[in-house]
Amino acid sequence: MLTIQFVPYHEIEGLSQAKKIRKLLDIVKENKIVILEGRLKMPEEAELIKETMEAIDERFKGIETSVISSDAKNLPFMSKMRGKLVDMLLGEKHGISVIGPATIVKEIKKDPNKIQLLLSEGGQKKRRQKK
Amino acid sequence: MMNILKKFVDKVFRDLFKKKKHIRLGLYGPPNGGKTTLANRICQDWLGEDMGSVSPIAHETREIYVKEEINIKSGRKELSFNLVDTPGIATKIDYENFVKKGLSVKEAKKRAREATKGVIDAIKWLDDMDTVIVVIDATKDPMSQVNITIIGNLQARKTPVLIVANKTDLKKADVKKIQAAFPQYSVVGISARYGNNMDNFYEALFAIAG
Repeated sequence: MLTIQFVPYHEIEGLSQAKKIRKLLDIVKENKIVILEGRLKMPEEAELIKETMEAIDERFKGIETSVISSDAKNLPFMSKMRGKLVDMLLGEKHGISVIGPATIVKEIKKDPNKIQLLLSEGGQKKRRQKK
Repeated sequence: MMNILKKFVDKVFRDLFKKKKHIRLGLYGPPNGGKTTLANRICQDWLGEDMGSVSPIAHETREIYVKEEINIKSGRKELSFNLVDTPGIATKIDYENFVKKGLSVKEAKKRAREATKGVIDAIKWLDDMDTVIVVIDATKDPMSQVNITIIGNLQARKTPVLIVANKTDLKKADVKKIQAAFPQYSVVGISARYGNNMDNFYEALFAIAG
C-alpha cells in the first residue's frame, strides 16, 4: 500500500540540518512518499543526497525527489514581484517538495497544477493523479 | 600625474610578467552524461593521452580522478588547470540495473557500493573547485533535481559554472531546451565523443575561467 505523508514546514523549521534530513529519510525508508511544505536549502539538498547514498543497501535503493513551484520566468512582471514578496516573507516555505523511495516512485513529473506519480506496483505500471 | 604614470607602468609590467592563471576545474553532472568522455577529449587535445575509461554502464567513474597541469591556449590567452573528473551524482543506485547490463550479482553489488561512495566524494569536493563544467546529456530532460541541486550548490558557493550540453551528435539532442532551463548560464553544445564544437567550448571556458 502506498502512503503519502505530508510534512508541514513548521515541523522541520527548528531542526538542525542533520535532524531535518534524518527525519525526512526515515519517513521515506518506511516506503512513504513525503510531501514537504516548502523546500530544503541548497546545501541541505546536497546533504540529503549524501545521506541517501550512505543509507543505500539491498532493500533501500535511494530516492526520487522534485521541487514544485510556480515557474517565475514565464510570469508577467507584477506576478514576479508578488512572487519575490512571497519568497521574502515565507523564505523556504514557498513551493512543495516531493521525496519518495526510488523503488516506488518511477517518475515525478513537474507541473505547477498537479503532481503526477507513475507508480510501479507488482510489476505493473499504474498511473495516479493527485490534483 | 606622476601617480597615474606609475600606475600605468606597474600595470604594464604586471601584465607582462604575470603568471598564467591556474585553477582547479571540476567536471560534474549526472551519471552517463559524458564527463569522462569530455575529460578524455580535453586531455587528448592538449596532452595527447586519455584520462579515464568510459562505459555504457552507468557509474563507470566511481572515484575522483585528477589530471594535473593541463595548459590550454587560445590566441594570446592561456589557462592552466588541474582537471578533476568526478563520479556522476545520483539520488538512487540499484545494483540490479548493473545485473541487467550483464554484470554478475557480485560485481554489480560491488559497483553499487563503490558508486554510492563516489557520489558522496563528488559532493564533498564541490567546496574545492574554482570553476565547474556541468556536463548534461542533451538528449535528456535537463530539469532533473540532481542538475538543479548541483547548479544551485555551485551558485550558493559563487563558483563559476559552464554548462555543457553533450551528445549533440545524437538526433534527440536539444541544446535549446538546456539553455531555456538555465538561462543565466553559458551553455555550449558539443559532442565530446566526436570532438564537435570543441573550439566554442574552449572559448566559453576562457570566458568564465580565464
